[in-house]
Amino acid sequence: MIALAVDNLSKNFGGVAALAGVSLEIGVGERRVLLGPNGAGKTTLFHAISGTVLPSSGRIGLFGHDITRLRADRRARLGLARTFQITNLFPRLTVLDSVLLAVGGADGRPLEPLRPMWSYRRRYDQAHVLLEQWGLAATARRIVRNLSYGEQRQLELVLALAGEPRLLLLDEPTAGLSPAETARVVEMVQRLPREMTILMIEHDMDVAFELADRIAVMHQGRLIAEGGEAEIRADPRVSEIYLGSE
Amino acid sequence: MKPRIEVLAACAVVLVLLLVLPDVVRPYYVGLATKMLIFALFAMSLDLLLGYTGLASLGHAAFFGTAAYTIALLTLRGGVTSWVAFPTSLAVATVTGGLVAVLALRARGSYFLMITFALAQVVWSVAFGWRSLTNGDDGMPGVPRPDFGWSLDGATPFYYFTLAVFAVAALLLAAIVSSPFGYALRGIRDSETRMQALGYDVWRYQFVAFVLAAAFAGLAGALYAYLNRFVSPDDLHVIQSAEALIMVILGGAGTLFGPAIGAALIVFLEDYVSSMTEHWLMVLGAIYVLVTLFAPRGLVGLVTTHLRERSGP
Repeated sequence: MIALAVDNLSKNFGGVAALAGVSLEIGVGERRVLLGPNGAGKTTLFHAISGTVLPSSGRIGLFGHDITRLRADRRARLGLARTFQITNLFPRLTVLDSVLLAVGGADGRPLEPLRPMWSYRRRYDQAHVLLEQWGLAATARRIVRNLSYGEQRQLELVLALAGEPRLLLLDEPTAGLSPAETARVVEMVQRLPREMTILMIEHDMDVAFELADRIAVMHQGRLIAEGGEAEIRADPRVSEIYLGSE
Repeated sequence: MKPRIEVLAACAVVLVLLLVLPDVVRPYYVGLATKMLIFALFAMSLDLLLGYTGLASLGHAAFFGTAAYTIALLTLRGGVTSWVAFPTSLAVATVTGGLVAVLALRARGSYFLMITFALAQVVWSVAFGWRSLTNGDDGMPGVPRPDFGWSLDGATPFYYFTLAVFAVAALLLAAIVSSPFGYALRGIRDSETRMQALGYDVWRYQFVAFVLAAAFAGLAGALYAYLNRFVSPDDLHVIQSAEALIMVILGGAGTLFGPAIGAALIVFLEDYVSSMTEHWLMVLGAIYVLVTLFAPRGLVGLVTTHLRERSGP
């Protein structure tokens, strides 16, 4: 079964083609890494898949639904979750309250304006389990703004996981992290359930090859290569634009 | 987090003080206290938008004034009882809130502020310009106090009526901000895109918050028409909207009860300063500058920061 089907997707910003006909299929449970130099269109592709920008043409299918023009929150309810390249959290909330929001978003009942939050025991239990599971239990009462950068990147991931997504988009989860923190995030991703499909942008080659089942390389808004580690390493075009030509 | 015992105790003490107030102060101050309660409610309704949802509206007086005018028009021109006029005024303010929200929520930040300001000026100009209906800037005197079977003509009975309405409204608002809905509003304030990615229909939450804020502002406006027995375009004016913003910021945006304290302080100061000079707006401006410079998180923020420093990290 296909988790994500991107068909001939294009996006123009003014005269610039950020995406120029990208097609991509990812099977359920696959871990795919997107490589490519800055400006290759990787983040635009993520925005189009998650609903932050609408594509100029082409189609996007998520588990058989056509989501090309669907609002971002509807896509989330179909099982899509994402992290952001630039940390996008709730700076003034506590870690626990942030996770409660993430759990509640997946819970899906609308609005709920009168019953106090503290009476939703199941959500608190779920939030505490998540924080425990991903090593953030000690930070539960802290304000997100005051966390270290590494902790914030971890929280990004925990918020995305709270809804038990079927497709997870990770936008450079290790960007700006120390080697130790990077190892921690890699370990987090490896611990994710195998049936969860993951599409991930990653600049760190070691991380990419360690986590990916398959790798796709983008350049100037196009997909120029796809394959396993050996194929990508052997591909002369990839060496030229990304790994550096001799 | 469950409400803390200290907070509940403080609320109980305040309530007792408010209950015995008419027995210990002169009647003039009973009227002033009524005005404080009304503006406390008005400021709390605006805090739902500014402090919780992160939407700065410069048109909140539109809903306050719409409800006040609805009461005046229905009772003076339509001759209906307060059983009809009072709920109708809330309905009109709520519907007006819905219409303004649909237009204003297309924008964010300062554009949102400008649209709410412009729409409120439209409402103001109707009240100001349609003389045959509203008497223009002469206002409409002689609005009778509501009669729900007992007389509210005296200062003290009307004070207790206002206090009862205020208490119920404050409880409702406190429930709203403690609910998952209220948490979602705070999430939207901090990051709309993140909330969308988590599956929240951000527009719907903002719309409902705006309409709720308009409804509670309308409730305050209706009470104000009854208190003064008079409505005028001033009730709808941008100065009224700006004053409400300052009440919220002075008390501490996003704390709900802070803006109530801010409102009480501003109403008291306005009364006190106006007895000495005509330049109240200048004093108000100075207060605003001082608060933004020295207590950007408002009076409540000042106190909580102080407590945290004293109790250590």
